[in-house]
Order: sequence, then C-alpha cells, then structure tokens
Amino acid sequence: MEPIALDIRNLRVYYDDFLAIKDVNLSIPKNQITAIIGPSGVGKSTLLRALNRMNELVPGCRTEGEVIFDGVNIYDPRVDPVEVRRRIGMVFQKPNPFPKSIYENIAWGLRINGFRGTKAQMDEAVERALRAAALWDEVKDKLHQSGLSLSGGQQQRLCIARVVALQPEVILLDEPASALDPIATLKIEELMRELKREYTLVIVTHNMQQAARVSDYAAMMMLTGEGERSGTVIEFDRTKVIFTNPRDKRTEDYVTGRFG
Amino acid sequence: MTRKILDQQLQELKEKLLILGAMVERMLLESAEALWRRDLEAARRVVEADQEVNDRRFAIEALTIGLIATQQPVAGDLRLLAAVLEIAGELERIGDYAKGIALINLRIGNRSEPLVPGELVPMARKAADMLHRALQAFVGTDVEAARAIPQEDNEVDALYLRVYWALMGAVVQDPTAIERVNWLLWAAHNLERAADRVTNICERTVYAATGEMAEMDTTWDELETGSAGQR
Repeated sequence: MEPIALDIRNLRVYYDDFLAIKDVNLSIPKNQITAIIGPSGVGKSTLLRALNRMNELVPGCRTEGEVIFDGVNIYDPRVDPVEVRRRIGMVFQKPNPFPKSIYENIAWGLRINGFRGTKAQMDEAVERALRAAALWDEVKDKLHQSGLSLSGGQQQRLCIARVVALQPEVILLDEPASALDPIATLKIEELMRELKREYTLVIVTHNMQQAARVSDYAAMMMLTGEGERSGTVIEFDRTKVIFTNPRDKRTEDYVTGRFG
Repeated sequence: MTRKILDQQLQELKEKLLILGAMVERMLLESAEALWRRDLEAARRVVEADQEVNDRRFAIEALTIGLIATQQPVAGDLRLLAAVLEIAGELERIGDYAKGIALINLRIGNRSEPLVPGELVPMARKAADMLHRALQAFVGTDVEAARAIPQEDNEVDALYLRVYWALMGAVVQDPTAIERVNWLLWAAHNLERAADRVTNICERTVYAATGEMAEMDTTWDELETGSAGQR
C-alpha cells in the first residue's frame, strides 16, 4: 500500500437531520487515482465534497468524523477552510470557467491566493498551469480570448489548469467528463494519468468504464442502514480487483450492471 | 433488468458450448468404440465431424469476442467469457484427440493383430463422462463438482497403465507388431490426454465462479510407467 494522502475516519455527513453518508473509513493513497463509484443518490459527491470542506457551503450540512491531511484533521476549528480548498482543489461536472480571458482564468485565482510576482512570473505560472493541463498548445495564440470561447473539453482542462495553478496536493474531480464527448473524455483521462505523478486524484464517476480505465483504486458506495437511506463505502480495493473479482456481492452486481 | 442483452447472449454462449461439448463427447466415445469394433465407416464419420467442431469453436470465439467488445463485461461476466474462450479451445483439442484415434483406426485398416486392448472403451467412457459432468458444472456454476471431477482422472490413468502393459506384452510376443502397438498406444494416450483436458475445464470453472486461478494437479507423470510396472 502506498503512502496515504487523505485518511478518512468515521466520517458522517448530515443534511439537517438526514444522515447522507455514515461511518466512512477510507485511506486515499498518495499519487494514485481513486475512483468513488456507486449508484445515484448514494452520496458519492457528498463524500468528495467532504474531503475539502466544500460541503460547508451547503446550508444545513454538518460533518462528523475526521479527514486527516498532512497530519492534521481538516475539520479542526483552527484550520482555515480556504487554505484547505487551495491544497485540496476541486473540478466540477460542468466546466465553469470565469467569464474572463483564458489567461485571466488562471491569473485571477493566483492573485486572490496572494500571488505577488512580476508580470513575467505570472506569464510563466499561467503557461506552466496550461501545460500541466495539456491545453497550452491549443490556446497559446489566443490567451486573451474568453475562456467561454473554448470547446467543452478545453473548458474543462482550463478548469483543471486553474486548480493546478494553485499548486494543490490533492485534486478532487466530480464527474469531470460527463458533459464531454468520447475524445474530450479520453483527453481528460490521459491528463489525469499525467497529473497523478504530482498530485493525488479522487474522482467521482457514474461511468464504470471510465473508473476501470483511469483509476488505480476504487471505493464502492452503497446505501445501508435502517431503511437503506445512508451511503457508505462497502468495498475498497485496487481497481483491477474491483473489476475482475470483487469480494462483495453488491459490488459485483453493480459493476456488472445488475442494478444501479 | 438492466442487462438483458448481455444475459441473453451469455445464455446463448453457454448453450453453444454445451452443444460443442456434446459433439466432442460423442466423437470421443465413437472413436474408441469404432477402434474396438474395427469399424472404419464410423471412424470416417468421426474424422468428418472434426471440421464441424472446429467451426463451432470459432463461432463461440467470435461471439465471445463480440460480447467483450460491445458489452464491456467485468467481474464475474468477464471471468465467464475468459473461461469460455479457454474451454472452447480445450473442447476443440479433445475433438482432435478423437479424430486422431479415428485416423489410427483407419491406418490399422483390416489388419487384426495385435488385438485392441479392452480397456480403451472404458477409458473413453470415463473421459466422456467426466467431460459431460465438467461442462454441466461449468454452465451450472457448480464449484464443488468442478473441484471433485479431476480426482477421477486417476481412474483413466490406471486404465492407461493397463493398456500400456498389455501392449508391451504384445510387442514381446511379436516384435513385428511394434508399429501397430505404437499406434494403439497413441490412441490410449489420446484418451488419457482428453481426461487431462477435462481437468483444465474444471480449473476454468473454478476461476469463472471464484476468481481463483489454481492448477488442479492431476497430471500423471509418464515416467512413472516404468516404476509402476516394477511394483
């Protein structure tokens, strides 16, 4: 087992008095891609958002348990959630570039996070982020066009570049390719394989084949408990095992399409 | 039901495998019985049937590969399809063994000496019976049966030993019979190998059902023929 990037302990997330996910214990391996899979409504995105305190922005949402990152529980009251979200970045399902130029999409995020360098240093940081997101060659001649002028796949890579620019350690991706065509999807998947050299990635996906293709580890979530209302992780293993010989019958039934 | 196409085609595939298995089973029996009866006409039919076995095996492979390409099976489904590919290959080889026995029959032709050892037909019956039950275990996902059947292989091996020594005796009595003895030994060897391949089918059944890849070691060391004879 690789070193651990995020250690999730007894995590519970409530929306008001509804227990959405319960008792999740999971160690996310460093510099690996971990996929969270499971049927709709099982709490995959809720779990993902709990990993960088994004859930706190949802009214009525309450989290119990711990997420240990770099030796510290990110839910410790002394921890600054903005800093958590910089070090543990997130990419969303729908590409959401700012209505600004391609350049500014990246520069702006750097500035609000305290970038104080020269213009040349900013140019360099923008280029580095766009290269890391495999977008540079496609946009280097039109950096000052609107980010919204790009195709959906390019917009999503721009959003990844925006996250990467802040030099996070973990990148959370919530269905990052579900709005993209197959070629753009493959580009995002290839990019993820590149990014894992420097970052730890956690992806939520409904696409079983995508989880199988791209991830190293997979966490299977199911509804359990009274009335089967709360989601939890029922099996976690190497992706190869999950897709060739899962231990839990419910995982087998899900990945083979028997329900879900 | 969210996977109707896959389930229907998996069922179809199992049926095709059973039909192929039944053909091969019959060929194995008929090749040995024809050799015993010195029935050259029946031997020719076995040789001809081999072509259909080959065609059916390729059809099963094509269907399996098509399912892998279009349905992206995983977990138990994927293991099942991988097992089908292997088992179809094993059946085709068992068909080849039967054809080989039939060709030996044709080659011996009308010559009568040495006599065909009486154990050949029981060997074929045992191997065919094991094959039949192994395929039932596969389509019925009967892991217990799949683990038990290979243990019966030693019965086939014991019959093979008896054939071996009977034929050695025939050479001692009439050294000029050596070529035909060699052919008959070959026929017996084919039956012995056919039963070994049933073990491979059982291994694949266990794999498809459990993911466990384990050799069921019943392979009998032919060098033991000598020491067994001295006992």
